[in-house]
Amino acid sequence: MKAKKGKVSVITGNVVAAHAARVCRPEVVACYPITPQSEVAETLSGFVADGSLDAEIVEVEGENSAMNVVLAASLAGARVFTATSSYGLVYMYDAMLQASGYRAPVVMVNVNRETPGIQAVSSGQQDMISTRDSGWAQIIVENNQEIIDQIIMSYRLAEDFDIQLPVMVNYDGYYLSYLAEAVEMPDQADVDAFLAPLKNQPQRPRIIPGAATGCGTHGIEMGYVEARYKHWSALERAKQKVDDIDKEFGDYFGRSYGGQIEEYRMNDADIAIVASGSAAGTAKTVVDAKRADGIKVGLVKQRLFRPFPEERLIQALKGKKAVGVIDRSVCFGWKYGPMCTELKAIAPSIGAMPILSYIDGLANLDITIPHIGRVVDEVNAAAKGKAYQDVTWIPME
Amino acid sequence: MVIKHKMIFKTEGPWSDANQLMLKLDTGSWRTERPVLDKTKCNYCGLCAIYCPPQCMKDMGDHYEANLVFCKGCGICAHECPKQAYTMKPEGEFTNEG
Repeated sequence: MKAKKGKVSVITGNVVAAHAARVCRPEVVACYPITPQSEVAETLSGFVADGSLDAEIVEVEGENSAMNVVLAASLAGARVFTATSSYGLVYMYDAMLQASGYRAPVVMVNVNRETPGIQAVSSGQQDMISTRDSGWAQIIVENNQEIIDQIIMSYRLAEDFDIQLPVMVNYDGYYLSYLAEAVEMPDQADVDAFLAPLKNQPQRPRIIPGAATGCGTHGIEMGYVEARYKHWSALERAKQKVDDIDKEFGDYFGRSYGGQIEEYRMNDADIAIVASGSAAGTAKTVVDAKRADGIKVGLVKQRLFRPFPEERLIQALKGKKAVGVIDRSVCFGWKYGPMCTELKAIAPSIGAMPILSYIDGLANLDITIPHIGRVVDEVNAAAKGKAYQDVTWIPME
Repeated sequence: MVIKHKMIFKTEGPWSDANQLMLKLDTGSWRTERPVLDKTKCNYCGLCAIYCPPQCMKDMGDHYEANLVFCKGCGICAHECPKQAYTMKPEGEFTNEG
């Protein structure tokens, strides 16, 4: 069975995210507006006002409350949605830890923006990086079509009985949040059909009024260890599940993103670039151009950030001659960018090769075609044995 | 990895209910002193039972008695008792009881 061709509209990433939430029929929504996410909250409120979304909207006084509201509603058995960014994300950090520790299948959009410290109202992945040990599944998307498709897939992942984890869908603030591009909106009946398998699984535990039951209680000693082990195991399982859901989505809707990672012209590649988010789209253009110049380069678009797609990355990068990793964030206390640092951890499994770290695109600076072109050239030279810099802050040179 | 641990929670998340062992932590082991009641002063008003944080006061018909498996020795019963019927005594005095 195949989905109907959906209506195509030219809309911004934020409005796409709101539509994505709407077609998944959340029962409780709590969003506190924050740049560059505000349009998500506004649009969802509009949907409830005009009757196109039958959800309880809780108007909260901050992101900490927003996360606590959706967490509580999720534990009561509701499907929930929230969205935030930057300051909002770090303001809800303790509640995020509760959500993952309680194994609440919250789906949240995080519109990537730089974090507190410098009042940067601008794009960057630092917010997402700052919450990487929160125990959430974290997925990064590249364009507006992928926003809606990934949000729909995220409900399948979060609410899967074998997973039961909160999922954060990340897209670049400013670049995607305010960018209007053509998006095919899946038909409501088709989204209902795609999410229907969730109804056929065992009932996950929930708070029942009057019953003496609770979640998060008494995690002392072995209770704590056991809960952590189960949480850790679920994240390990989530990797394969992301691939499976992506394949099923592709079979039904005709659009597929590779699951944990997308490999672009990697089959016969000698060298590879690793990038994520909207920069991966630019990188594909550069790969095509460099291929035309005779450089056998491929791109690995990292979609799943947590859990770390270890096995898929090993499979994709094993035996290559050099890799360049472009990070849109900083890893404080480690020399390389965050994704590069993690890639270095699998270096023994992919073989000895130069791994070059690039920091670019902070604070709304563009990761341009010439920037990525330079990365490809330097990685190519490193593959041929030339000396290279471990870390390059592209805008600083 | 072979998991030898017998799971405490029946669920993926740390859910428990009043009938599960998880809610029965032996908080009595935290105690350094215990409330000892002078029954001649007690008028069976029940305030100690109302204020007891782990709610471990047993109703004995004409007075209350702390269940020492759960009594943390916080002393709130002694503090709240209008008749000063409770005295907090160091656990060292009861070591022979085991």
